[in-house]
Amino acid sequence: MLAVNSVTLGGLLFLLSAGFSLIFGLMRIPNLTHGSFFMLGGYFAASLIGWGVGFWPAALISGLLVAALGGAVERLVLRRLAGAELAQVLVTLGLSFMIADVCLTVWTGDPVRIDTPRGLAGVTALGSFRFPTYRLAISLVAVGFAVALWLLMDRTRLGAMIRAGVDDPDMARVAGIRVSRLFTIVFCLGAWLAGFAGVIGGPILSVYPGLDQEMLPLALVVVILGGSGSLLGSLVGSFVVGFLYNFGQAMFPELAYVVLFLPMLLVLVVRPQGLFGRPAAG
Amino acid sequence: MRRLALVAALLALAALPLWAGGSFYVNIGSQILLYAVFALGINVLVGYAGLVSLGHAGLLGIAAYAAARLLNGGYGHLAAVAVALVLTLAAAALFAALALRGSGIGFVMITLAIGQIVWGVAYRWISITNGDNGISVSGRPSPLGLSLASPAHFYWATLAVFLVALGSIAILGASPFGASLRGTRDQPRRMAALGYHVWMIRFLAFLLSGFWSGVAGLLFLYYNQFVSPQGVALTASAEALLMVIAGGSGTLLGPVVGAALVVVMKNVASGYIERWNFLLGAIFVAIVVFMPEGLVPGAARLWRRATVAWTPRAAVAAPGGRPAP
Repeated sequence: MLAVNSVTLGGLLFLLSAGFSLIFGLMRIPNLTHGSFFMLGGYFAASLIGWGVGFWPAALISGLLVAALGGAVERLVLRRLAGAELAQVLVTLGLSFMIADVCLTVWTGDPVRIDTPRGLAGVTALGSFRFPTYRLAISLVAVGFAVALWLLMDRTRLGAMIRAGVDDPDMARVAGIRVSRLFTIVFCLGAWLAGFAGVIGGPILSVYPGLDQEMLPLALVVVILGGSGSLLGSLVGSFVVGFLYNFGQAMFPELAYVVLFLPMLLVLVVRPQGLFGRPAAG
Repeated sequence: MRRLALVAALLALAALPLWAGGSFYVNIGSQILLYAVFALGINVLVGYAGLVSLGHAGLLGIAAYAAARLLNGGYGHLAAVAVALVLTLAAAALFAALALRGSGIGFVMITLAIGQIVWGVAYRWISITNGDNGISVSGRPSPLGLSLASPAHFYWATLAVFLVALGSIAILGASPFGASLRGTRDQPRRMAALGYHVWMIRFLAFLLSGFWSGVAGLLFLYYNQFVSPQGVALTASAEALLMVIAGGSGTLLGPVVGAALVVVMKNVASGYIERWNFLLGAIFVAIVVFMPEGLVPGAARLWRRATVAWTPRAAVAAPGGRPAP
């Protein structure tokens, strides 16, 4: 049971941190609004479902709404600060406070529950074990996205351009790739993934104020563990964090949060660029 | 002229409890000064060393929690304060060793993660920190037999601490160490090539900044007589960073102005709007986008431009003469 929960959380974290990692790899900034995107996705979907939209359409639409917001943030704010990375980080932090406060005003301080979609409630028996169906579904969705993202990054022209941008943005620009447009695309994609993750995480975690600040450090840890800009790194990092979190909570309930950060500290000391990251050029 | 202004400012500050009219304003003065100490400490790192920390509320929290635990454990004020400061320094050394594995954005991320760990401990390790309910302490200390219970007395004590912090950091900024610290900010490679131990210089700056954060934590504890995870949260770190950046990082008085600005705005705003966080975020964004160098240098720049515009053209264009500074 603990293992299933860990895989589920790992899957959610992968959706959250894959975008975070790509943005970090490409734009060189940790997007501190990423937790807010996750939370907003959940809130949007809760409202949409409340108006009678089905679960999966709501998840897609919420993702798109969050992606649109992400695109606006990138185009209207971050673009103005191009090259000033520190300023960009601080702006995303400021925006995350604003988003959190708006959410508190609109959706109040009470946790909002998203119901498990019909058909996925209940348990599934696999061999002699019985698992909650919805958690299995999340794991499958995460695996599906991992494969799709891998295909996107490894097999398509867009993926090749993004990889080139991650490796050497200046060189990519010289080669005729419009890196600034890539920024927008990757930012929207990352925001979409985060928003979508927030929706499908809703039935397990529910949505509440402070969720953003809880998820953001997890994404940070995943990326520090796995190395920025690396999909494989986010995948491995997510599952490591997922397992640590659940097993930590079962074994040292008061210190679960600290246990989570220990591998990060270890990686920082031994291999600062992350398990699958490349050392910074130059 | 400068000296006169300094003396006048000091007198005005010292006499604040006499002219401010009411303990509410005196308390705001104490808050400004205690956050100014915190911001001054952060500025050593952010301004002089060019290393932006988003985890300093963790250091403030460690000092406050340690002192609160010791005081409630029956230890005296002196012992509690001393042990809390030593613990904060030890924590700062550990944080610095980890955070200095990265620089630039990496440093920001690691300090943020460390700050969140401290917050997690404060929030979840209930047997030590009493979780969300926080810890209260009763009574303020009476150094040299003077009780600090009244707002005015506490204000004067905070002012004294603040002046020591300001003076020591002014001396540091002008010292060879300060110069080498700014050198590691602007040209780390050249400094290393010149034989400076860049890592050690940054490490010492982190310790110093941690020390003043710890002092601010003690003032925070004694002012509120209470500490809870809220004081350690990311919002608190961001608020303090905002003070430094808003006032002007790397300047001596910038963090003080920033602290005054943020504390006053927080107190005024809370009278009109329900929540402070939206405004905090909005100010953050506005300052970073429109006045990235901060209020003090920004205002100085505008002032220079204004004075140049007001001087007669002939004087500005005088041969060999430069516009009035």
